[in-house]
Amino acid sequence: MSQRVRVNPIACEAHGMCAELLPERITLDEWGYPIVDETPLHGSEVAHALRAVRACPTLALLLERAGDERRR
Amino acid sequence: MSYVLGAAGPSVYWYLTRSTGAVALLLLTLAIVLGVVDVERWSTPSLPRFVLDSLHRNVSLLALAFLVVHILTSVLDSFASISIADALIPFIGSYRPFWLGLGAVAFDLILAVIATSLLRARMGFSTWRAVHWLVYASWPIALVHGFGTGSDASSTWLIALSVLCIAMVAVAVLTRVLVGWPENIRVRAAALIGTGAFGLFIALWLPSGPLGSEWARRSGTPASLLPHSATAKSSGGAP
Amino acid sequence: MSGPTATSTGERSHASTQRAEPALPRLLAGIQPRGALTLDEHVAVHGPLPAAAGRGRRRDRQHAATLISEVARAGLLGHGGAAFPTATKMQAVAGARRRAIVLANGAEGEPASLKDRTLLESLPHLVLDGAILAAEAIGADEVIVCVCETAHEALESLTRAVDERARAASGRAPTLNLTTVPSHYVAGQESALVNYLSGGPAKPTFTPPMPFQQGVRRRPTLVNNVETLAHVALIARHGARWFRELGTPGQPGSALVTLSGAVAHPGVYEIEHGASLSSLIAAGGGSTARVRGALVGGYAGAWVAGELLNGVALSDEHLAPHGASLGAGVVLLLSEDACPVAETARLAAWLAGQSARQCGPCVHGLDALAGTLDELAAGTAGSGAAQRIDRLASLVAHRGACGHPDGALNPILSALHSFQAEFADHARHGLCEACARPGELPLPARPVSDARMRTAVSQR
Repeated sequence: MSQRVRVNPIACEAHGMCAELLPERITLDEWGYPIVDETPLHGSEVAHALRAVRACPTLALLLERAGDERRR
Repeated sequence: MSYVLGAAGPSVYWYLTRSTGAVALLLLTLAIVLGVVDVERWSTPSLPRFVLDSLHRNVSLLALAFLVVHILTSVLDSFASISIADALIPFIGSYRPFWLGLGAVAFDLILAVIATSLLRARMGFSTWRAVHWLVYASWPIALVHGFGTGSDASSTWLIALSVLCIAMVAVAVLTRVLVGWPENIRVRAAALIGTGAFGLFIALWLPSGPLGSEWARRSGTPASLLPHSATAKSSGGAP
Repeated sequence: MSGPTATSTGERSHASTQRAEPALPRLLAGIQPRGALTLDEHVAVHGPLPAAAGRGRRRDRQHAATLISEVARAGLLGHGGAAFPTATKMQAVAGARRRAIVLANGAEGEPASLKDRTLLESLPHLVLDGAILAAEAIGADEVIVCVCETAHEALESLTRAVDERARAASGRAPTLNLTTVPSHYVAGQESALVNYLSGGPAKPTFTPPMPFQQGVRRRPTLVNNVETLAHVALIARHGARWFRELGTPGQPGSALVTLSGAVAHPGVYEIEHGASLSSLIAAGGGSTARVRGALVGGYAGAWVAGELLNGVALSDEHLAPHGASLGAGVVLLLSEDACPVAETARLAAWLAGQSARQCGPCVHGLDALAGTLDELAAGTAGSGAAQRIDRLASLVAHRGACGHPDGALNPILSALHSFQAEFADHARHGLCEACARPGELPLPARPVSDARMRTAVSQR
């Protein structure tokens, strides 16, 4: 069961801790908001992803199953 | 100036209670400073945000650990009969009930803050934040509790430590309130007024209260524990 | 633009075959120049509402499955702009455990679109039919019709129509409620509508959960554009095969289009999918000036430059090579008198102002885009402008909670593509004389409202 990280852009307030803790997947744009690579995580990344999720002050970073449909 | 409390002198538990209480106050102060550092997004290359945030969380947990020891040792200290219940339920004790009770209030608030933080993922962000702000109430209550219950309130090191903590919290709170002024102006103004009022209270109360004469009697120490002195009247026990 | 006049066009695209009887109008059949069709008039035109599912549960489910599968066979796609298969949505809500709710979305925050309020104002019973049938098919006990708060005639019309039905005592189960919603652009977005009806502001929310899973009062909610529901009402009467007699295989049936701008008779027209754009303009009395370009699909749509207009057919499949789609059925003709650079800059500023301002990339990105376009119009943009716009576009796409930033990119990027000469001209010489003229794109001031709903307007 592969997982991915995703950000809730409404909850996100550009604190930037996620990018510090998971730089392999998250970089910050010029305004401080995260650009998230949502492709499935490698096994070794999951622990770091969990840490990043727990560190987010506004709980905007999510760890979820990779297959979930995303529709607007 | 310390009272003679009995032939044997203060027990080791008394020392532990006082010291862990003082350290807890210092750690709570640091937690508040780090909390403001967190929300103001301050960082340096060698101290990235996640490090300072982690520090904030860990210092808070350490403060809780010291508080637990503080409570246990005060219960174990045979000098005054303080039960575990007195530590959790405010104002039911027999030893300086009001001032001790303040400690219970502060402890309950801190428990709520830490519990909600540990269960953060299960509640909405606004709920979590509303409870978290209780820490701004728990700190002054803890400080007043420390002065009110301590039998060595006037010792130099304690006063020095308290002044340091008050200064650190004052700077932290003022930074939090003034940076970003005038957004949410009413909340910030209320916080400013509250802080000023508390400062005034401390400045007026300390000299006439804990640092004044016969504080032990005035604060509610049971009469049986008061030393007999020429000035003590048998006025029927503690107020 | 002039008030809504609804006429129908029987033009067919080059791709369809000849038919003996007039195939159009369908939705607009019987429409009167003023006022709404009464319940009796509506029944006279379309026939009575098809039988509901019976009281017993087994017959409920059978009948329900029948309508949904008929809509599936008809290939009906949503008419709110996203063109999502309607049957798929209905199936998803029908399959949920809790009792569902139907939201008939008439919010129509798109300024250049009038079709939804026209339907609600003149043909309310057709929409109510579709909503009731959909509710019965998915097991919903309540229908909430959402009307834009500025569409007063539509609200009055609907209120009268709901009263008529109550008096007629048809005995159909779903309760009919009406409510007004704010008029800003994103208020009609599905999750924004659900948010508003759940007591919050009319601003989009983070999904999942999607409305069909958890919507109004946490119940599974079917959100359908009012035109889509009108089509459901007709499919229930005439069947899937009838529906597919018009349109293209990929996009069957007819659609309402709001034609406006440099045309003699702006208004709401009914076309079959795949009809040629020139036949629509002809039905509209022809263009009143040389057309510099057509904005197809509204403010989340794309420009088709003047020279290409003759070869364009109105279906998503035919519009795709032009980077456009039919969207919410908006066709806006820009005259030669207007400056496309100035219009694009104004549009970009308006779209930035219509952001719900909940997501950083949308707020900062659209503001920056609007600023760059202003500089392009004034000729002060400098050499890196194209790269800056490309970078902003990539920073903005897919990084909001709703589709607004992505939609906003469409008309901006397609303008840069379709009007290259004009943009190059502005880069060299700055503002042109057309820039000073009042804009032709309707960009009303509609601040994004934080207002919460107090009570539903009426309950039956």
